[in-house]
Amino acid sequence: MILRLIERTGVLLVSLAVSSVLVFAFMAVLPGDPARVALGVNASEQAVAELRQQFGLDRPLTTQYVDWLGGLLHGDLGTSYVSKAEIGPQVFDRLQVTLLLVLAGMVIALLIAVPAGTLMAARHRKVSGLALSAVSQIGVAVPAFLAGILLIMLFAVKLGWLPANGWTPPAQDPAMFLQQLILPALALGLVQGAVLTRYVRSAVLDVLREDYLRTARAKGLRPFQALWRHGLRNAAVPVVTVLGLQLATLLIGAVVVERVFVIPGLGSLLLDGVSNRDLLLVQDVVMVLVIAVLLVNFLVDLLYVALDPRLRVGSR
Amino acid sequence: MKSPFNKLALPTRAVAFAAAAVLAVSACSAGSSTSSGSSPGGDQSLSIGLVAEPASLDFTTTDGAAIPQALLGNVYESLVKQDDSGKIVPSLAKSWTVSPDRKTYTFDLVDNAKFTNDKPFTASDAVFSINRVKSAWTISLKGAMDVVAGAKALSPTQLEVTLSKPSNDWLFRMTTRIGAMFSESGVAKLATDPIGTGPYKFSKWNRGDSIVLERNDGYWGTKPFFHQITLKYFKDPTALNNALLTGTINVIGTVQAPEALSQFTSNDKYQVIEGTTNGEVLLSFNNSRPIFKDIRTRQAIRMAIDHKALLDTCFAGRGKLIGSMVPPTDPWYEDLTSIAPYDLAKAKSMLQASGAAGKTLLLRLPTLPYATSCGQVVKSQLEQAGLKVRIDPQEFPAAWLNTVFKNADYDMSIIAHVEPRDLGAVFNAKYYTRYDDPTLQQYLAAADSGDEAAQVDNMKKAARRLSEQAAGDWLFLLPNLIVADKNIKGLPQNAITENFDLSKLAR
Repeated sequence: MILRLIERTGVLLVSLAVSSVLVFAFMAVLPGDPARVALGVNASEQAVAELRQQFGLDRPLTTQYVDWLGGLLHGDLGTSYVSKAEIGPQVFDRLQVTLLLVLAGMVIALLIAVPAGTLMAARHRKVSGLALSAVSQIGVAVPAFLAGILLIMLFAVKLGWLPANGWTPPAQDPAMFLQQLILPALALGLVQGAVLTRYVRSAVLDVLREDYLRTARAKGLRPFQALWRHGLRNAAVPVVTVLGLQLATLLIGAVVVERVFVIPGLGSLLLDGVSNRDLLLVQDVVMVLVIAVLLVNFLVDLLYVALDPRLRVGSR
Repeated sequence: MKSPFNKLALPTRAVAFAAAAVLAVSACSAGSSTSSGSSPGGDQSLSIGLVAEPASLDFTTTDGAAIPQALLGNVYESLVKQDDSGKIVPSLAKSWTVSPDRKTYTFDLVDNAKFTNDKPFTASDAVFSINRVKSAWTISLKGAMDVVAGAKALSPTQLEVTLSKPSNDWLFRMTTRIGAMFSESGVAKLATDPIGTGPYKFSKWNRGDSIVLERNDGYWGTKPFFHQITLKYFKDPTALNNALLTGTINVIGTVQAPEALSQFTSNDKYQVIEGTTNGEVLLSFNNSRPIFKDIRTRQAIRMAIDHKALLDTCFAGRGKLIGSMVPPTDPWYEDLTSIAPYDLAKAKSMLQASGAAGKTLLLRLPTLPYATSCGQVVKSQLEQAGLKVRIDPQEFPAAWLNTVFKNADYDMSIIAHVEPRDLGAVFNAKYYTRYDDPTLQQYLAAADSGDEAAQVDNMKKAARRLSEQAAGDWLFLLPNLIVADKNIKGLPQNAITENFDLSKLAR
């Protein structure tokens, strides 16, 4: 158990170090000079050179990397080339927005996937199970942004029940926050829910074929009781794996949904940064996303252990 | 040397187009509860939807049209401004006189203006602001102040500016962001905390979402109607349309997808305003390339393009056909579309004669919706006339600026030049058009140094010269398209200044 924790932590740290080098190197080779974009096209070479110096872009790459990494470790993300504002608070604000959105999407996905997937598995040879299965296939095929547009057309433009777009921080106006959260969270959650449903179904199907479940039935439990007590926990292992992977996809997929719903999240910050050649900002946001994804994977690894005692025994 | 693009520093979508059109006004239902007396609008608030968010609030060091669009005239004021008809009228300067040699301007300033940091506005602030353009500004537009030899305060309300040569253009540029008046003690944090004398003061910037302005209760002039105005930014045109349709906002100022207008024109809840802008959509030629040295090739390209069909196809027929680099709101506008009328047969024979027929032209397009769609039409029309056209999309702004604008590595491109009065800036040998024409420069110099009549006369000659020489092709002029709730008043018919005047809006 401890060994496994140390091993996973080691993998996490090495991944973080390697990805920081990759992210930095990638930004360094991106075409487009941030100083020139900031100054406008007719700026003199001298003005561009001065600004490059001010940004510290004229220093050797290794120095820039070490400075950036040092700052990151201290929680200092630097100052934007374009807006001249501290990047840290911006990223933090936007990250909160995106996390709220992703979490809401995930909750909706789970609320759909667990019951629907279980039901589909339990009725997998019946018409109702097949019908559910077909619906979930459609859900898998629809991209989140399209789902978003369709939801807006129906619930905002046509019926006028919910706002079409916008974002209000929960602290400012909780009711408005919820109203504005529903559609984007649904757009993310419906699609992810459909994907997840497929996994829940196959995981539950596998479990249903297990000997211990037959034993549970034999001792007198009804099918759903047996599944509830002995099956779901076992079915959860593969589902948690997928959930971890999906959380990463959701973080990235939120970029598009944020655009459709005009939500000031990490995704729109990233897009703006790329187009303004605000390289330091882009570098920071990408790194934050990488850290988030790696952390999620790390936590998923730990969750396995919590869910499946065999893994604890296995690694002692 | 002026940069013509709207939003150099802003994100891809419809950037150049964005600045040309104006703003969208949207209602902000959450009225502030602060009571602030005398204005007719009381506590009413409004939120204005724009298409692209500023990257910074400091237009002295960050290029792009979004910042002056939001702040100029609203937070910052200049000595003089343009009225709706394009005339230069008083603002912080009550009046001014020009010396007989046209080199010395004496301004009488208002005596009751003060900055939102409570410092009074005086002639020494004006001197500071004018000198600061040369010393601290970094954007290329600052070149407009190079002609100033000196500025001094004769008294707290009297300012004298001496030019090194007569220049009509200088006074005009003083109506743009170059002329914004700053307080000496208010420039420490321009990027995040702008301080001016305008009818509105900066309140809050929710990055990625909106900028909030509040009525400046200490404003020296007529107080504006709305207590609070939120400038809200939409990158996605559909989202902007939906926001109006669902009542989240009340006005779309910059209609980016004119083909989507019908849903508003057919609904009597909305008003649709259609006027002109300064945004000439130019099919630029790289005049330094051998193929463009022959005037017949250039003229043939202009005649091979059916401009009416092009406008219908790529901009839903909205916009105006212009035959040169002058919008109808400039005093020297003439309809020059007849200089190179659509004539496919003649274009074909001219291309044969010049030897350009069958040659391949590289059309490098910025990744902006109008450029992409117009580029396809240009390609197909030129190929009918016997040219070959290869389209190469360039990410806008960064890649396009570098390849086309800075390095002039292109044959043709399409971009909207949205700066006011930018004929001389766009067509010269140093600019990406690489257009070297001493005759044109003579006209421009005479226009700049002469009196008003000479200016108009010479600018007309310059515009005609460009059109006859086929220095480029003017595909069309971007329309000012605004959709608003019926009850919003004070929206501009034409968008001819760098700013959107919020002070005139009312309900």
